[in-house]
Amino acid sequence: MSDFAMSPATLRGEAAFQHARRERRRASLLALAVLGTCLWLAGWVSEVNAQILWAGLPRVTEYFQLIMPDLRWVTLFSDSETGGSIASWFYRWDAWALLLLETANMAALATLSGCVVALGLSFFASRNLARSEWSYQLVRRGLEALRTVPEIVYALIFVWAFGVGALAGILAIMVHTIGAMGKLFSEVIENADMRPWDGVRAAGGTWVHGCRFAILPQVAPNLISYALLRFEINVRGASVIGFVGAGGIGQEIYTVIASNYYEEISAIVLMVILTVTMIDLLSERLRLRITDAHGGR
Amino acid sequence: MQADIAAWRARHPRAFARPLAQRLALWAGAALLLTWLAWVFWLFDITPVRLWNGLGGLGTIMGLMVPPSPGELWLDILKGIAESVAMAFLGTFLAALVAVPLGFLGANNMVLNTLARFSLRRVLDGFRGVDSLIWALAYVRAVGLGPLAGVLAIFTADFAVLAKLYAEAIENAEKKQVEGVTAAGGARSLAIRFGVLPQVLPIMLAQALYFFESNTRSAAILGVVGAGGIGLQLAERIRVRHWDEVAFIIILMVLTVSAIDWLSGRLRRRLIGERPRAS
Repeated sequence: MSDFAMSPATLRGEAAFQHARRERRRASLLALAVLGTCLWLAGWVSEVNAQILWAGLPRVTEYFQLIMPDLRWVTLFSDSETGGSIASWFYRWDAWALLLLETANMAALATLSGCVVALGLSFFASRNLARSEWSYQLVRRGLEALRTVPEIVYALIFVWAFGVGALAGILAIMVHTIGAMGKLFSEVIENADMRPWDGVRAAGGTWVHGCRFAILPQVAPNLISYALLRFEINVRGASVIGFVGAGGIGQEIYTVIASNYYEEISAIVLMVILTVTMIDLLSERLRLRITDAHGGR
Repeated sequence: MQADIAAWRARHPRAFARPLAQRLALWAGAALLLTWLAWVFWLFDITPVRLWNGLGGLGTIMGLMVPPSPGELWLDILKGIAESVAMAFLGTFLAALVAVPLGFLGANNMVLNTLARFSLRRVLDGFRGVDSLIWALAYVRAVGLGPLAGVLAIFTADFAVLAKLYAEAIENAEKKQVEGVTAAGGARSLAIRFGVLPQVLPIMLAQALYFFESNTRSAAILGVVGAGGIGLQLAERIRVRHWDEVAFIIILMVLTVSAIDWLSGRLRRRLIGERPRAS
């Protein structure tokens, strides 16, 4: 470097570059140190470290090998009595299909009822339509409280109040849905065009008339599309809510995993994945149709 | 007046009523919905009496929840909360660590073999379809009760989604930097290190933080199936019906989650700058 005669400007530029690089290096090192401390702290609190993780890995792979079905090519398409066939792997497919149908219906009912209640509340929780400051704050904070508690916690409590069964699960998902959808719906309503509202109110319509005839027609496609999206989420939720005794396929998954019926685990989980994917695809097409029909709103 | 209305009705029938076909379709839809509702109510045995009794029971429980109290084992509760956050952190960290190479493999401008990329993405989709609670239950069977099962469950449920998001970030990266490094004589590895990584690293970090937030929520409940964290304490106290302690734990859970949200939200904004929220 010293062989070259550098102009002062080049030297200044070089110094600035070196300085900037040192700063960046320091910031990166600091970030790495913070990350390292967090990692160490997390590992210490949860008593999980690299050794334990490493020791656990063989057991995990072993478990997944046990879960894998024992399929043999020769007997692949025989009846359920013969080992190694698809039919024996899915030997209870009819019962599981019924449970999955029940799960999907739980999710549908919870989504529908949750969205209806959320729709009613969302008019109060929208800045542009709020009837008064305190009702706005009350509904907003209430919705927030409803959606921050996970649905499985609701399910745990509702199982005590409503008894073991699908009703507790439906209500748990519904309550959580009200919180989540109320917020989304009110955000959609806040973005609505207010001129129809002014028109209805000027023609002597009441607040309810305004909501029904000025706001609802504008926002309905968006709301339906959100509700369908929520339905997809709720199907996933409903598939595990049975873990705490709140109905659906979850109870069966729990039993099967807890009693180590290895091959059945993979069979059920595969069926759950297939169902969820199918519902997702269907709902996605519906959503696209709805948004397309309304000019991409 | 009446004649006027009749005349207007004759001229603009659609302003007064929907066409017959549409009305019929609406009625049919409503009838279908009602039938389905009746069937579902019958299927799940939902009756007004059951609802009323349940609401009564719920009222009693809510009454017992005030005032919330930590009970005698409040140290255990604090430890459970810390354990949940730690589980979420470790799980997300591991998932992000594994997702980076997978993301590079899954991005269509990095790996040219379409078939390999397609099958990788399908496998990743499959992992995504299983809820983390199911993974947690399976891992409890595989490695025993405790936080390790929770960490593994969070890792398994998320690394696939993260890999997909990372792949998308890499695909969206500017090609000019890569071309610049290559033109200056840099090898492929150097092009990735100096051309792609500086662009995608902030996005990757921000996404990992976002997942950390949502994983704090899931880690809080994984304990319900025995995978460590505060969920275990919650489930135990619900089992013995100490409702005031249940309320305390729920409030603490909510506070922790919002604290983490706030912290990680600030970090994310520093990393990627202020962005319009996608609703």
